[in-house]
Amino acid sequence: MADVITYREAVAEGIAREMRRDTSVVCLGEDIAAAEGVFKTTVGLRAEFGAERVWDTPISEQAIVGAAMGAAMTGMRPVAEIMFSDFLACCWDYLANEIPKVRYMTGGQVTVPLVVRTANGGGLGFGAQHSQATENWALTVPGLKIAAPATPADVIGMMAAAIRSDDPVVFFEHKALLATKGPPPPPDHVVELGRAAVVREGADITLVALAATVPLALKAADMLSGEGIEAEVVDLRCLVPLDAATVLDSLRRTSRLLTVEENPYQGGWGATVVSIVADEGFGLLDAPVRRVAGECVPLPFADALEEQVIPTVDKVVTAVRGLAAY
Amino acid sequence: MDVAALLTCYERMAVIRRTEKAAHDLFLQGLVKGTTHLAAGQEAIAVGASAALRPDDYVFATYRGHHHALARGATPEECLAELMSRATGLCKAKGGSMHLTKAATGMLGSYAIVGSHLPMAVGAAWSARLRGTEQLAVAFFGDGATNIGAFHESLNLAAVWKLPVLFVCENNQYMEYTPIADVTAVARPAADRAPAHGIPGEVVDGNDVEAVEEAVARLARRARAGDGPAVLEAETYRHFGHSRSDPAAYRPAEEVERWLKHDPLDLARGRLAELGVQAEAVAEADERARAVVERAVEAAKAGPPPDPREALTDVWADGGAAWRT
Ligand SMILES: Cc1ncc(C[n+]2csc(CCOP(=O)(O)OP(=O)(O)O)c2C)c(N)n1
Repeated sequence: MADVITYREAVAEGIAREMRRDTSVVCLGEDIAAAEGVFKTTVGLRAEFGAERVWDTPISEQAIVGAAMGAAMTGMRPVAEIMFSDFLACCWDYLANEIPKVRYMTGGQVTVPLVVRTANGGGLGFGAQHSQATENWALTVPGLKIAAPATPADVIGMMAAAIRSDDPVVFFEHKALLATKGPPPPPDHVVELGRAAVVREGADITLVALAATVPLALKAADMLSGEGIEAEVVDLRCLVPLDAATVLDSLRRTSRLLTVEENPYQGGWGATVVSIVADEGFGLLDAPVRRVAGECVPLPFADALEEQVIPTVDKVVTAVRGLAAY
Repeated sequence: MDVAALLTCYERMAVIRRTEKAAHDLFLQGLVKGTTHLAAGQEAIAVGASAALRPDDYVFATYRGHHHALARGATPEECLAELMSRATGLCKAKGGSMHLTKAATGMLGSYAIVGSHLPMAVGAAWSARLRGTEQLAVAFFGDGATNIGAFHESLNLAAVWKLPVLFVCENNQYMEYTPIADVTAVARPAADRAPAHGIPGEVVDGNDVEAVEEAVARLARRARAGDGPAVLEAETYRHFGHSRSDPAAYRPAEEVERWLKHDPLDLARGRLAELGVQAEAVAEADERARAVVERAVEAAKAGPPPDPREALTDVWADGGAAWRT
């Protein structure tokens, strides 16, 4: 294997590793087989595993996710692709009402070991219906696990954990990260769901980030370092299970908190993180908490407009300066 | 269907009818909370189809699913205990009337979002094929569900993948309170649409248990042989209103009367007589059904309430509900 791998290659590699070790792992989705994915995140799968295990579906989001559910209930481990996370709304019944509830309402009789993968987030000028960061939609639903890796190695490790999980996982692949590169992880690399990573150490402030806001927070931290502010960056990696312990632990060192998220402020995951800190870590704080989040508007098309409404390095730097001076 | 099989089907229908009656009575006594959607009048579809299925086939049903759960191996006691919120209920009192499920016998659930389970049945059939079994998946649904997008998505996907799945529509003529004919441009809401998806659509008398058994058996053979899915529209009528809060005043009296004269139990009884079965044999079957359900009511009533701690179990595969580490 090459010494660097892109995030998009990591998606296919992560799925392929699991398909090799477990024949119950199967894929379905639009354009994933012969065309190898509109984002080229399923390259090589059909060639290696055949059309029976890597199935091209019609444009039928309800049938894709509903069929994945039925297959998962009866012995398979399906990996369903919803092309853009915006389209999750077309099959929202399955993610909000069916998949996460069936174990509970059957008194534990049924297991739904499936993964719904989807390309999430903005920054590429795809307009209001192809750019949303929608992980906050899933966050409101009890019974779904939520993974959102930021690096190729994490894509592979978390894909392994997601596919092996007996619980349903929504797996957000950030579009703005697809071309990013990193070292490929060793064979059998598994990143347990619900384990955040401290990706930069620093004593002055904790930046909590997810997916595409991780490199953004890291860039801001590098700039701030020049001003004498050392930020610790926590990559949450998963929203459910949420690793609150790592956040609280970091706050013990820094006493200041900023969350950086792409979904809108209202109902965003940052609010949950901040409320846990207010509840359990109030005494650790030396300053108010701050959140950099998306604006509550449909995502505009033009770069100059989109930048206004999603987190940027500048917004993070400005917010950190304010907190550091408090 | 031979005489013995028909008599067995009759007894099963009698058990279901009496269980439905018990659910109704227990509701009036305040022992059943929420709501129920009784299937009295539609028993022949569940029983006839089940008679044609293998024990390891998969069944997906709707909130009007008491009859399917019972036909697929759930006991009247488990079902009534579930309705009465007992720990001994089929789903540990977490499901209720609308979600009767018995996974161990292939009754993979009752779903209350109209049409939502049709793709699940497609997925179960896909899984059966991938695993190389000859299992079939059957989705039972109402006429109202045929105007939901998932119905069309499922028919197409099942057809293009030639999957072993049967779509069985229980056309009881009404959605909740609106006649299906008022909101649907074709006369047979399920069967008429099947050909558009390249699959057969048949109509059967859903109150005739033998006819249902025969049709399901034939379509099942076809599906298992790799010839793909089919739609079976079973015409029937519900005896009660849509749910507990519905007295069904919108139905013309002569329509109700006509259908009540075409009751599945009466039809089976008539057929048994035709086949020379003595009235005593039928009476004995009725008596057994009465006794089974009576015991079930008492046993269900005696079941303990759920442990309140159970509210926080069964979300995840580890049994718990923790959302943070
Ligand atoms: C998606 C959705 N829309 C509306 C409802 C409310 N609702 C519950 S039952 C029902 C009527 C369904 O009629 P039909 O499919 O014919 O089934 P039947 O009750 O006759 O068995 C409706 C509209 C629902 N549960 N789900």
